[in-house]
Amino acid sequence: MTAETITEPSGPYAHADWSVRQIMLRVMAALVPATVFNAWVFGWPAVFLFAVTVAAALIAEAICLWLAGRPVGASLADGSAALTAWLLAFSLPPYAPWWIGMVGAVIAIVIGKHIFGGLGQNLFNPAMVARVALLISFPVPMTLYVLPTGFGLLAAPPGFLDGLVITFGGQGIPDALSAATALSAVQTQLGLGQPATVAVASAVAPWRMAAGTMAGSLGETSALLLAAGGVYLLWARVITWHVPVALAGSMALLSGLANAIDPARFPGADFTLLTGATVLGAFFIATDPVTSPVTRGGQLVFGAGCGLLSWVIRSFAGYPEGLAFAILLMNAATPLIDRGMRPRVHGRTRHGRPLTLERLR
Amino acid sequence: MKLFRIRGGVDVAHRKELSSEEPIMPLPLPSRLYVPLRQHGGAPAEPVVSVGDRVLKGQLLAAPQGSVSAPVHAPTSGEILNIGRQITAHPSAIPQPTIVLESDGCEEWVDLPPPIRDPFAASAASLATRVADCGIVGLGGAAFPTAVKLDAAARGTVDTLVINGAECEPYLTCDDRIMRERAGEIIDGVRIMAHALGATRIVIAIERNKPQALDTMTRAADTVGPEILIVAIPARYPMGSERHLVLLVTGREIPARRLPADVGVSVHNVATARAVHRAVRVGEPLISRVMTVSGGAVRRPRNLEVPIGALVCELLDAAGGTTEAPARLLAGGPMMGQPLHSLVVPVVKGTSGILALAASEIRTAPEQGCIRCGTCVSVCPCGLVPMEMAALIRHEKLEQAVAVGLHDCVACGSCAYACPSHIPLVQYFHYAKGRLKQLGHEQRRRDLARRLAASRAERLERIARAKREAVAARKAAAAAKKVAEAQAHGDGPVGSAAGS
Repeated sequence: MTAETITEPSGPYAHADWSVRQIMLRVMAALVPATVFNAWVFGWPAVFLFAVTVAAALIAEAICLWLAGRPVGASLADGSAALTAWLLAFSLPPYAPWWIGMVGAVIAIVIGKHIFGGLGQNLFNPAMVARVALLISFPVPMTLYVLPTGFGLLAAPPGFLDGLVITFGGQGIPDALSAATALSAVQTQLGLGQPATVAVASAVAPWRMAAGTMAGSLGETSALLLAAGGVYLLWARVITWHVPVALAGSMALLSGLANAIDPARFPGADFTLLTGATVLGAFFIATDPVTSPVTRGGQLVFGAGCGLLSWVIRSFAGYPEGLAFAILLMNAATPLIDRGMRPRVHGRTRHGRPLTLERLR
Repeated sequence: MKLFRIRGGVDVAHRKELSSEEPIMPLPLPSRLYVPLRQHGGAPAEPVVSVGDRVLKGQLLAAPQGSVSAPVHAPTSGEILNIGRQITAHPSAIPQPTIVLESDGCEEWVDLPPPIRDPFAASAASLATRVADCGIVGLGGAAFPTAVKLDAAARGTVDTLVINGAECEPYLTCDDRIMRERAGEIIDGVRIMAHALGATRIVIAIERNKPQALDTMTRAADTVGPEILIVAIPARYPMGSERHLVLLVTGREIPARRLPADVGVSVHNVATARAVHRAVRVGEPLISRVMTVSGGAVRRPRNLEVPIGALVCELLDAAGGTTEAPARLLAGGPMMGQPLHSLVVPVVKGTSGILALAASEIRTAPEQGCIRCGTCVSVCPCGLVPMEMAALIRHEKLEQAVAVGLHDCVACGSCAYACPSHIPLVQYFHYAKGRLKQLGHEQRRRDLARRLAASRAERLERIARAKREAVAARKAAAAAKKVAEAQAHGDGPVGSAAGS
């Protein structure tokens, strides 16, 4: 009896019906409505790019796991690699060539994740590492956006074969399709000396920002469907409100304040929240458990920091969208935040000393 | 009544419906009872009977040793077959000193001490003595001698008596059934304890998932007056944890490394209160208790009144046996219970239940890497960061784990229950606590060896010095003698050797 007594697992012997795989599957489920909508809005090229990105990520993950001597099938089944690729695809221009998706996926999985030691070990969000690496390395294909083709906005959306040519042909995007995202359009207008009010009004109508029938990467559009997915994640207890509310709240607060002080220079809170990757970032990227703080207080600091940095980059830096940079910077700060934002231990003060009995008398 | 906020906790699958509607039934008297001498916190009891003695039901078998200990009594009448070591439910699986009693089936009682007619006129010391003599220990699971708690607290520091009827462990329903069926006895025991403690405030806390118990207890409390408060508390694990229950119902947070008595509170289980009632009003020692036999592998889950020393297999038989080979056999609940490795071990005073869990009910998924989701942090009722402690322990950084709160962990298991990566966090904490204890022992042993070596060296040095001094003194004496002789002869050098 002695041998198995020593290796005996200790309690608790009951366990909640909850696993990493379930978390990943629920996040993917929350992304499905926006994904389907975007596939319809942007057509075949977007579907091809998405497929290439996910396939490349799965292959890269399998190779890394095999090299590390870990069980390939079981680890692939947790869904984390597919989710990373999914989020990466959401941050790419929908008509980007196939190799952008493939290179991005390999960067995300190999450099963003497995160099650090695999799932749970990485300091930075892999999808954002890949997006920023691509943006810096290949600025032209990473900033060529197209008008959406749904809702009859474009007379002739590219068919299956045309889509294949766009994604795999290396021909580039037909001029008639290309368009600027709302954020970059406004930045250009502001750069030309237009007041923000005019710039925003000329960029895109608010309802189109919300619905998503505008130019942008997959995840920049359809703010409403992404927000619905986010609400589902809150309901399913996959995420808590802390990061999304702190992120969106700090962005809204800053842009609202700045807009009130200088309306000609800064777009308002509605524009800030509905454009760019704000909604995707707040619900799906900044909430990545691995790279965000573990305590509730830390998550509030983290979210607020992402919102602040993102707004600063959008308003004062050269890039029209700064959320990816903001999240990476806050990822780097996460160990520090975790250290500083511990919960108070029962029976002890914030500084870890035992409570004094006098307090009670 | 205002309840105070408790952080964390988990909503566990209660599974109490398996046995909650089963009335308390007596276990058929086993032919042999195996009564361990150590069923409580503190020193084991010392046998006062010999092999071959005939003993009566309720007779003292072993007397307490030291200030923290408890006696054990004969659960039935019969003959002492053996006094020796037996495998018990002790987690070490090391045989423990045990008295084996062969039942004669007569259930013939010993002359019990007379009932205390009016306990509310009796002194606190006499009540504590009666509780001690009857071998009553905390029946919530920790089995700490109750009289020690009444005694220490009786020094006038306790103003609030908190009675724990939370029963937050899944599956267990023995406290629920006692509250439904023996509410009057519990209320009486509670009042006796409050009197012994000098407590002016009595709170009985019961989880909301036991509406009938709440109802029955409220009615029983109403019959004696307004001094007893029955409180419905949230059905959330681990509400029954002593530290958290005290905070929940009194708002007093017990400082780290302190006890409830330090904040003027004494906490006892409902079943303990009933045992106190029996001891005081009837003079009956603690020789049986109510236990739940449940789990997916049990054919007919039951609540049984079980004589101490009955075997686990006899309890399972009384519950109709098992429907499949149990994937996990436990003494106590699935969150903090002890695994059993044998069916032929006796139940003790602290055993609240025997669970035979089916494979579908237990954690079987393999451990995965931590994804830092923070679930363990948000569910920890102690405000700890379990994932960080486990990571430190994994790298054998035990001192750092202590610095971030290892000893503040109550091992409730909420973190491991909720972890999506199925990391056995509590196992890490148990390992670290055991390892630190072992290191402490080794350190003490090294210190002792060093002290002994140092004192030996000193002793040897002292002896050597004494020898040298003796030799020097002898030489000096010899020299002096020589000088004296020389002087007497009138031709030696004067005083030359005197200083050597």
